[in-house]
Amino acid sequence: MSERLRTDALHLGVIALLVVLFLTLPTYYAGNLSRIMVLAIYAIGYNLLFGYTGLLSLGHAMFFAAGMYGYGLTAQLAGWPALPAFALGILAGAALGLVVGALALRTAGVAFMIVTLMFAQSAYLTILYFGTWTRGDEGFVVPGVARVVLGIDLSGETERFVAALILFSLVLLVSGRLVRSRLGRTLVAIRENEERTRMLGYDATRLKLIAITVSAALSGLAGAAYALLFGYVGASFAAVPYSIFPLLWVLLGGAGTTVGPLIGVFFMFYLIDTASGITLAYMLIAGLALVLLTLFAPQGIAGLVRRRVRWLP
Amino acid sequence: MASVTSRPILETRGLTKLYGGLAANTDVDFQLPAGRITALIGPNGAGKSTFVGMVTGRIPATRGQVIFEGRDISALPAHARIGLGMAYTFQITSIFPGLDVRENVALAARRKTDGAHLGAKVGAALARVGLADRADAVAGDLSYGHQRLLEIAMGLAQDPKLFILDEPTQGLAESEVAGFVALIRDLAGETTILLIEHNMDVVMQAADHIVVLDQGMVLASGEPQAIRADRAVQAAYLGTADA
Amino acid sequence: MQFGPHLLLAILEGLVTASILSLTAMGLSLVFGVMRVVNVAHGEAYMLGAVLAWWVTGLIAGHPAAGFVIAAIAAPLIMGALAVASDRLVLKRLNYDPDRTIVATIGLLYIAQQTTLMSFGPDARPVEPPFNQRIALPWLERTEEGWAWFYPWGLSITSYKLFVIAAAALILVAIWLIITRTRAGLLMRATQQDSETAQAFGIPVGTVYSVVFGIGAALAALGAVLVVPIQQAHYLMGGEPLLLSFIVVIIGGLGSLPGTVIAALLIGLSDGIISVFFSPTLAKIIATLLVAMVLVFRPRGLLGKAPA
Repeated sequence: MSERLRTDALHLGVIALLVVLFLTLPTYYAGNLSRIMVLAIYAIGYNLLFGYTGLLSLGHAMFFAAGMYGYGLTAQLAGWPALPAFALGILAGAALGLVVGALALRTAGVAFMIVTLMFAQSAYLTILYFGTWTRGDEGFVVPGVARVVLGIDLSGETERFVAALILFSLVLLVSGRLVRSRLGRTLVAIRENEERTRMLGYDATRLKLIAITVSAALSGLAGAAYALLFGYVGASFAAVPYSIFPLLWVLLGGAGTTVGPLIGVFFMFYLIDTASGITLAYMLIAGLALVLLTLFAPQGIAGLVRRRVRWLP
Repeated sequence: MASVTSRPILETRGLTKLYGGLAANTDVDFQLPAGRITALIGPNGAGKSTFVGMVTGRIPATRGQVIFEGRDISALPAHARIGLGMAYTFQITSIFPGLDVRENVALAARRKTDGAHLGAKVGAALARVGLADRADAVAGDLSYGHQRLLEIAMGLAQDPKLFILDEPTQGLAESEVAGFVALIRDLAGETTILLIEHNMDVVMQAADHIVVLDQGMVLASGEPQAIRADRAVQAAYLGTADA
Repeated sequence: MQFGPHLLLAILEGLVTASILSLTAMGLSLVFGVMRVVNVAHGEAYMLGAVLAWWVTGLIAGHPAAGFVIAAIAAPLIMGALAVASDRLVLKRLNYDPDRTIVATIGLLYIAQQTTLMSFGPDARPVEPPFNQRIALPWLERTEEGWAWFYPWGLSITSYKLFVIAAAALILVAIWLIITRTRAGLLMRATQQDSETAQAFGIPVGTVYSVVFGIGAALAALGAVLVVPIQQAHYLMGGEPLLLSFIVVIIGGLGSLPGTVIAALLIGLSDGIISVFFSPTLAKIIATLLVAMVLVFRPRGLLGKAPA
């Protein structure tokens, strides 16, 4: 199938470009790439739900945090080694997604957004409430032993990049296949016209629950990876801005495209990075971007490209 | 009432819908003969849409049973009923406007067809309704008449045992209506069709069997000629519709 | 202090919270009811109202009451004008599409908050109340000589807080009269019922939307002007009233005005009482989860009518 080949080729090209950037850019920027890739995994997870299924969640930080704390707390308090703790982080994200999804999917539209926002707020407050273990806003540093995988210490710059690249590549390639699969196409159908999809014999509620669970699992993976690679766990990752960021990244990069999330994270990362060098009020950039994007470019960067290149996945 | 010769594919017993205290359908006992084209007619507000909604599961019934191929499906949700072999086209055009025509039909076919046969299946359905050359167009860009044809292609691609068409000719031009009647006649024998229709010319040309609904109850049922001659039907419906 | 006086104090504090909250939530409810827009930036209208009040009172020399009165007029007006401008510049151009307006108002939230951070700074700043006498409250207790009035130590309220309660009640009555008795209210109700039909009957729906959005923000600003002598102005102060207003509007039934007032009393009082007796974080967790559950299982609100 040429379409699938083209998709895979595009994604492999993106991955190759990341490697070239890492090798050629100065250390500071190359170091940022690891962070961008991990956040892009989070954005890909969000995009699966928002961009492909058409469900706008305002509470994804709870899934990111579930992964982060699922990994971090078992490493910190129970002394688990990296891999089982990491797996538990992904599982925690998926499980929370399943539960929240089962409840929130009873609502739709605006109510769905508010319900997800409120669940995320409860999750954030819960982390603060159990401050004895989570250390609240201050957070904690992940013990060094829990950051060693197969004898490799992932706190080194190159090791960290390679680990982030492997995870990101896997997620990008799998998501590329997923959105072209029967499941992925049905999710798009739900986004386009849920009632019609239902009346074609698809169990839309079950499919949306699957979408939330997979999306939450990917977000949890990103959260666990963030803690694993950067060694820090804190409640700010569960707060409202971390629910807004993925929405912003996906809108900027292009909702419903596989490469949009990475593009969005990349641009927003450097925009905010630059702005925070100038002013304390760097989130002003995020606010302006949200308003301008919804007004003038709701399709995002990759969405604009897709007008020319229609096969863009 | 004219006797039904073939085995019914769909049957309802005492199907009733109350909105608040108002009855939209009252104890509808209905039998749909297999393999034929049956038209469900009745004046505005007769409860046709509510009835079909209860059959497909889009509208929960207050009481009563829906039996499809001898199986009581009253408790099944809409998507599961479709999964048993019903196909439904909406009264108000409902397609995937942002996707291309091919993908619209593929979505309908994909539930039952594996990847290898999908292309052929989609192509056949599109050819059947005469949209083969528009397969790459974005569905939302099609003309209204073509969108209604696309809906029928989406129904056909599901290989339905029962194909329910809710007011398919509404809003079509005269020439398009003629094409539609020909298409429906062409499908006779392949599948069972339940046609909800306002246009009496279409009903008389296309249907083998007619059921008249009035004030939420079955008023009459039988061959087109018999229905045309039925005084009660004339009083309730035909007199006004022919005008 | 004993339990009884303690509870009375908690109820009084709760009433103050409820008064401010009912104004803020009324603004959110009005906007949602008429325009079907969920204004996530509503808390920032509150924050800007407080900051504007601080700014205006700083400009006016003389008795604090003079500055306060001018602030109470100016801050809601300025805020209302800003809201009308954002309706015209942003929301209207999005055709009030629910998803896109939510995203855009999140953007407006950050713009308002961060611009305040840049200009007003990160510090909390106080506004002097126009009057502030401490009023000791009596408590009836049984002694050996029978029932007698006492003034337990700590059981008191300020005259300003009593004023807040009275002022909020008056404003709510005024809104009620405007909506039910005036032509402007009629236009709003007609638009709320069915905007397309309203349009067909020649009601300038666009103008009604702008005005309603302005009034919604002005109400939040007015609530903030009232609160700022009790609680200092700060650029992050909009988050809490936004969340509480959401809770109130959801419990009260989306867009129902009487429901909003009842729910505000309920939430304000219980917030006051709960935070006196329990850990505030735990109380918030439980409240937030409960409200989410209300939305999931009773989408029309606890006080809303069941679907026909």
